[in-house]
Amino acid sequence: MTLTSVLLVAAALVGIGLYGALSQQSFVMLMMGLELMLNGALLAVIGLWSFGLAGAPEGQLLAILVMAVMAVEMAVGFALVVAVYRKRQADTTESLGTLKQ
Amino acid sequence: MMGFTATDALFAALSLAAVVAGWRVFATDSMVRASFLLLLSFLAVAGILLLLAAPYIGIATIFMMAVEMMVMAVFMVMFMMNPAGLNPMMMVHQHRLSIAAGVIAFLGLSAAVLLSDLPDDPVDPARPVVRDLGHELLGPSMLVFETAGITLLATMIAAVVLASRPGRYGPSDEGSRPPGLVPGGEPAGRKPEDDQGEGGGHHHHHHHH
Repeated sequence: MTLTSVLLVAAALVGIGLYGALSQQSFVMLMMGLELMLNGALLAVIGLWSFGLAGAPEGQLLAILVMAVMAVEMAVGFALVVAVYRKRQADTTESLGTLKQ
Repeated sequence: MMGFTATDALFAALSLAAVVAGWRVFATDSMVRASFLLLLSFLAVAGILLLLAAPYIGIATIFMMAVEMMVMAVFMVMFMMNPAGLNPMMMVHQHRLSIAAGVIAFLGLSAAVLLSDLPDDPVDPARPVVRDLGHELLGPSMLVFETAGITLLATMIAAVVLASRPGRYGPSDEGSRPPGLVPGGEPAGRKPEDDQGEGGGHHHHHHHH
């Protein structure tokens, strides 16, 4: 287990997450892609903290912030899914066309 | 170079689990299964975090993701036409572009990792990292920590506002209708269209309190 190998795994998670966020039609699956990207970011942050900072506590603080971002993304995302579904009966990105103009 | 230790083997297994589960999230037919696969991916990453001498972050990830993915599974059942995966399903758009973007992101980040001069200053195993984190959170970085807390509070309020249909005086997306001044009477406050009704000006501000 080296810093390089940890960062490569994180890069793979970010790549898969980006694929999911761009390709999925369903809002909830799209959010899974975003979560997967944040998962990779969390791994990269802790990897750098563990191997490169001699345990400076600010690295763990940054990881806590990444987790807060995850929670915010999840809560606001689900609330938006509910609001959009209630207004337009839409649960996929294709059902929303009003921003196209 | 050191030999292949038990930690390396565990790291390899957890990495494989994290990446394969992450990929299967978008390849399975069942959306509930997809959310549990995402949970598996998060748990594998949490295991790697534990290996990386970050016990607090690792355990917090496990707890947070266990709850979060259960909520996600509930949302899957609520919104999806095919939660159980009984029929094959592939709901994607711009598929080639997405695959290309994912592969390019992975290759670009990998190139950046392999080509850059990474720092090498590992954490001392004897270092009290959880105590360090606590002192950092409630010491020099308290403003950051508190700002994150306020952000989460604002998120809770925003989520409730966005998601709630019934406001205090009726459907939240149709304008407010305050209750009558007497039981069963006319609604107090301003009517949405014609501006009559007893009570008048000050009553329709009640819901701001």
